[in-house]
Amino acid sequence: MLKKLSLAVAMTTGLVTGAHAAGGAGEVTNYDFSFEGPFGTFDEAQLQRGLQVYTEVCSACHGLRYVPFRTLTDLGYSEEQVRAYAAQFEVYDEIEEDFREAAPTDHFPMSQLENAPDLSLMAKARAGFHGPYGTGLNQLFKGMGGAEYIASLNTGYTGGEKEEAGVFLYENTAYGGYLAMAQQLYDDGIEYADGTPATIEQQAKDVAAFLMWTAEPKLVDRKQVGFLAVFFLSVLSVLLYLTNKRIWANVKNKD
Amino acid sequence: MAGIPHDHYEPKSSGEKWLHKRLPIVGLLYDTLMIPTPKNLNWMWIWGIVLTFCLALQIVTGIVLAMHYTPHVNEAFASVEHIMRNVNGGYMLRYLHSNGASLFFLAVYLHIFRGLYYGSYKAPREVTWIIGMIIYLAMMGTAFMGYVLPWGQMSFWGATVITGLFGAIPGIGESIQTWLLGGPSVDNATLTRFFSLHYLLPFVIAGLVILHIWAFHTTGNNNPTGVEVRRTSKEEAEKDTLSFWPYFVIKDLFALALIMVVFFAVVGFMPNYLGHPDNYIEANALATPAHIVPEWYFLPFYAILRAFDNTVWIVQLTTFITGGIIDAKFFGVLAMFGAIAVMALAPWLDTSTVRSGRYRPMFKWWFALLVVDFIVLMWVGAMPAEGIYPVIALIASTYWFAYFLVILPLLGVLEKPTERPETIEADFAASHPPKSGTAGTVPGAAANPAE
Ligand code: HEC
Repeated sequence: MLKKLSLAVAMTTGLVTGAHAAGGAGEVTNYDFSFEGPFGTFDEAQLQRGLQVYTEVCSACHGLRYVPFRTLTDLGYSEEQVRAYAAQFEVYDEIEEDFREAAPTDHFPMSQLENAPDLSLMAKARAGFHGPYGTGLNQLFKGMGGAEYIASLNTGYTGGEKEEAGVFLYENTAYGGYLAMAQQLYDDGIEYADGTPATIEQQAKDVAAFLMWTAEPKLVDRKQVGFLAVFFLSVLSVLLYLTNKRIWANVKNKD
Repeated sequence: MAGIPHDHYEPKSSGEKWLHKRLPIVGLLYDTLMIPTPKNLNWMWIWGIVLTFCLALQIVTGIVLAMHYTPHVNEAFASVEHIMRNVNGGYMLRYLHSNGASLFFLAVYLHIFRGLYYGSYKAPREVTWIIGMIIYLAMMGTAFMGYVLPWGQMSFWGATVITGLFGAIPGIGESIQTWLLGGPSVDNATLTRFFSLHYLLPFVIAGLVILHIWAFHTTGNNNPTGVEVRRTSKEEAEKDTLSFWPYFVIKDLFALALIMVVFFAVVGFMPNYLGHPDNYIEANALATPAHIVPEWYFLPFYAILRAFDNTVWIVQLTTFITGGIIDAKFFGVLAMFGAIAVMALAPWLDTSTVRSGRYRPMFKWWFALLVVDFIVLMWVGAMPAEGIYPVIALIASTYWFAYFLVILPLLGVLEKPTERPETIEADFAASHPPKSGTAGTVPGAAANPAE
């Protein structure tokens, strides 16, 4: 039955990508995120909650090797707080040839578990939904990307389990099959510092938003540059249009 | 061939005269900028400027990116992340560069199809056309090698698949492949040479662009009617043309500005839309992606490459006749390069004496079908090679070849062209009647608002 379903999804999305490639054949819910759309920005409170989920749950297995601690100031933390946060982690110092407390200039540690992928860029690496009919328009018009996938993945466990070659696999609707990561989020599995009720969906969305930030920390700056460029180039276009019209006027309509 | 008669640069001040005697560079620039240009050029003639801009954009952003990029298998991926996160404006540089490649190809395809429709490839512009095709090939090489540099999964596997094509050449293939890769497989030696060539080729392209411009400045531009500018006297030439500056410079800049609005919207709001998400996963020689898909601009030719597998009778026949030397894999490679070669040969395959598709009632339809065919090939190139898709790919590939090898030669004989305007002046006057409306329209020159 489920195989049928995911096949149907694959057919409607028009592209039967393998589940491992670009979050292919599963069902992804189109969650709303604050950073969608041309004017979207990150929600600082959400990113902070997401960091909490990441720290308390995901970091046990996953890493964020491309993310320097110092950039956590983007989430609204003070430098003091960042230093304290980094100090929870140990990093290997190449020069000292020993482990030491992490400083803000260090990066988050790599994955602790060998088969758990690094999550720094996951939100971009799983952004490929090519539907409908292979056109990629869902991504364009519904703003569906990797954050939706990550949130759906963490809410998409069916409870199905199987063992293959000594590895336990867990059924997941977003993944479109079985994967080696068990369900990680549970209602009230953590207690949010800001008192937000910690439902599975809330945690999933928060950590997904946080991982969007780790993947594209300059997202908001980029949109601002884009907006300014579009604005000024539009003005320039109008000026050039008028200039062009003026120049050609005497050629096109003699008398 | 004598160029279009027009006023040349005359040095006036003593300083200008001094330089002009020694190096007539101001004269060269002046004549280039003031070149007489057919005044009836439509909006499909803007792509040349867009392409020149793209080349400059890619070179400028590329030079800065190269300052921060590390061409080493262990560091390339991380250095791109360094650019995205730590370099000032690095995220814009990289997105401008990667999307710039897409704009470059979009423009070159529109430019090529413009040429195909208006017969810009026909005598005396064959050399312009051939140089253009070489530029296009160099662009593909540059883009392909550039795509390998971020060292993501698609970079790695794309490089593996495409260099593998050379391995399909009978006999010497494997040594060529090893020579290209600098080893038995895609590795550090591949990355460093691709980086070096990716930096070099754009300057080769720049040189070719100068030749391309020189060639069509010698023959003069084609135009939507395909009717030549009159060259018997300067007075007549002036009735058919306007100087490039300011008329076409401003027109082109206006078009460019509009295109930039869209381009910056893409870069600002959806910079990864055209890329493959798998390229945000670092290259891993042990994990093959489920589907290896090239960038969108390679898809039509990728579709042709895959269309000819060993279930196709012509492939089986060729394999049989050549005693297995040309197997299905090599046939596919030949087909892919052949698809570009037949396009390059268009000046000699097209037997019609009429240049512009405007006056070719049958050609119009076949050409429209070619455009559709190209889009279908692009779409099917992104689809997995299973089910109905290979059939579609095969039909579409066949049409591509049939268009150049059968339809273009036959149409020249079968088709009866419609009447063309006497002169460019007449065509222009017909589409821009005087406001007072006294003169009436010039006979034989139908206004064509659709273009
Ligand atoms: C007990 C260890 C563990 C924890 C804790 C954990 N993961 Fe995973 N995760 C894994 C493993 C193992 C995989 C690889 C699964 C596979 O490829 O079959 C994985 C894969 C993933 C993937 C990629 C799925 C894909 O499409 O390939 C994402 C996204 C992910 N985890 C997110 C999270 C998030 C978010 C959290 C925190 C809420 C988390 N993980 C917590 C072990 C873990």
